[in-house]
Amino acid sequence: MTPSVEIDEHQKRLRLGGDWQQPSLPDPSAVLPLLENQAGNWQADVTDISAWDSRLHALLLRLHRILARRGDKLELTGAPETQQRLFHLATAVAPPTQAPKETPPLLSIPALREGLTQVGESFLDSLAFLGSAIQALFRVVTGRSSMRLRELVSSCYQSGPDALPIIVLTSVLVGMILAYLGAAQLQQFGAAVYVADLVAVGMLREMGALMTAVVMAGRTGAAYAAQLSTMQGNEEIDAIQTLGIDPMEFLVAPRIIALVCMMPLLVIFADALGILGGALVAGGMGVTPLQYISQLESVMTVTHFLVGLTKAFVFAMLIAVAGCRAGIKAGRSSAAVGQATTDAVVTSVVYLIIADAAINILCEQMSI
Amino acid sequence: MGNAVIQVRDLVMAYGERVIQREISFDVNAGDIFVIMGGSGCGKSSLLKHLLGLLEPAEGSITYGDTNFTTADPVTRQLLRRRWGITYQSGGLISAMTLAENVALPLEQYSDYSASEISEIVALKLALVGLDGFQSYMPSEISGGMRKRAALARAIALDPDILFFDEPSAGLDPISSRRLDDLILQLKESTGATVIMVTHELPSIFTIANNAIYLDADSKRMIETGDPNWMREHSEHAVVQQFLRREADTNAADHAS
Ligand SMILES: Nc1ncnc2c1ncn2[C@@H]1O[C@H](COP(=O)(O)OP(=O)(O)O)[C@@H](O)[C@H]1O
Ligand SMILES: [Mg+2]
Repeated sequence: MTPSVEIDEHQKRLRLGGDWQQPSLPDPSAVLPLLENQAGNWQADVTDISAWDSRLHALLLRLHRILARRGDKLELTGAPETQQRLFHLATAVAPPTQAPKETPPLLSIPALREGLTQVGESFLDSLAFLGSAIQALFRVVTGRSSMRLRELVSSCYQSGPDALPIIVLTSVLVGMILAYLGAAQLQQFGAAVYVADLVAVGMLREMGALMTAVVMAGRTGAAYAAQLSTMQGNEEIDAIQTLGIDPMEFLVAPRIIALVCMMPLLVIFADALGILGGALVAGGMGVTPLQYISQLESVMTVTHFLVGLTKAFVFAMLIAVAGCRAGIKAGRSSAAVGQATTDAVVTSVVYLIIADAAINILCEQMSI
Repeated sequence: MGNAVIQVRDLVMAYGERVIQREISFDVNAGDIFVIMGGSGCGKSSLLKHLLGLLEPAEGSITYGDTNFTTADPVTRQLLRRRWGITYQSGGLISAMTLAENVALPLEQYSDYSASEISEIVALKLALVGLDGFQSYMPSEISGGMRKRAALARAIALDPDILFFDEPSAGLDPISSRRLDDLILQLKESTGATVIMVTHELPSIFTIANNAIYLDADSKRMIETGDPNWMREHSEHAVVQQFLRREADTNAADHAS
């Protein structure tokens, strides 16, 4: 039987009937204005209902609330005992008085201002965190810390050998990309052999460190944030603190040291593989391996190499600090873990790019 | 009160601008088993964290013996803390360490025992909670109930004067939970420690507590204090009696209509 709603305006009675579990239900919008305008209690007669559904209860509650707003009631008649009780449960609680939370529009001046303030605060906060991390590192160096060797070893393993496969893949590809980019231009002048210069300088000074750093930000920085925020939620960090151990020494220091030690090694590795990737492409363009190598010899200088390593060191510090900070500052819910990892990756990538630009400008000024 | 171990005066707890509880004042006496009660989210764990110094009061003070903990410097706080044993609501075992290393942590941190002495004490404490032989397990490799017991073993590693437990038996089956209560009671009796615990378990409250407070989430205040057995019969607050008799207000729906 199809569900139906009959309205008896004079007796202020609704007669509902039929099978309310059917997919399509009668549209109640005709009833609502009537109920609003006719003062006094209304009756809902549900004797003829053959099958109940939550949508029916939802409708009844909605009608009830319309009446309750002006102090009247909706009386349910002819309902089976169990449904009657459900209706009472739903209507016993007063409707929420609190206005639903307003979500501010996405783009507005106050939202923008707040966003900018947050960026500023997060930057200052990172500086403070960096300060206390450096203090902790100092205590580690002078041997007065509670850092465990095992924590350091496992962090080193995580941020070194474990990262090798993905570094192999990305750096070979980056080397090839650089070579293609250069070859397309250089071949026009019949100077394809200079591809080697481009790849070598590009990898050593710039791409080796930057690409490794981006990969490590997504991999290790995010992992640090996830680990530490999980520990925060698990109250492990509370436990560590009440045991008189400084979480900065115990958890943060080994992670920073591990990444700072491993990154330069990964970058050297990436440089070599990138140059190899470039050689593959150059070979395809008719540059012989011998030509490529002799060209490399003339262009690869210690300075380029050291600039890359300096960047590796700085980037490692930034990634580790951003990751650990996001983890330590995280809230205690499980949603906080996701937020901490996102935060870690986004801030470290932004810091990486800013630092890279700063170092390049510095080198330019000092003519390195 | 001369022998109050902990005095809390006019404590206001807040996360940022959001006040969780205000006007909390109570004393915990030496040897008490003091229970913090209240519905979910009323601020029991937060109160415990204030007592532990993991959160700072928005207002008011917390005093241990003669020491004002709220204004104390980190060194003084650390001196007090070494006489405490703590279990946390979500366990708080260090996930990167085995059970033995976890239990050994306070011993290494706060005592001068040799490595062999430490490993013997660790075995003893794990045996006390029924976990001897699990030394080399990681916290992720054991069940939730075992983690609670392992956390208890770590809390009692240094024979503390004050024990803080946050819902030690929550989520355990009735038998394990009963056993844990017995264990806490025995530990307390054999060491004379003062126990402060957050719990929902009625048997725990009535069999072991001799002093309690009830925090109310709606009024954001401590609405009752005293012996829980007395509270159950004589509290002026319906909600406290309901809590202690475990009667939800099921008839409310019928009355309301
Ligand atoms: N780190 C936090 N930041 C903000 N609010 C919190 C935090 N921890 C708990 N709260 C809030 O404080 C209130 C009390 O929490 P809690 O002390 O954990 O309650 P209980 O232990 O009694 O269940 C809750 O409303 C909770 O949402
Ligand atoms: Mg709690």
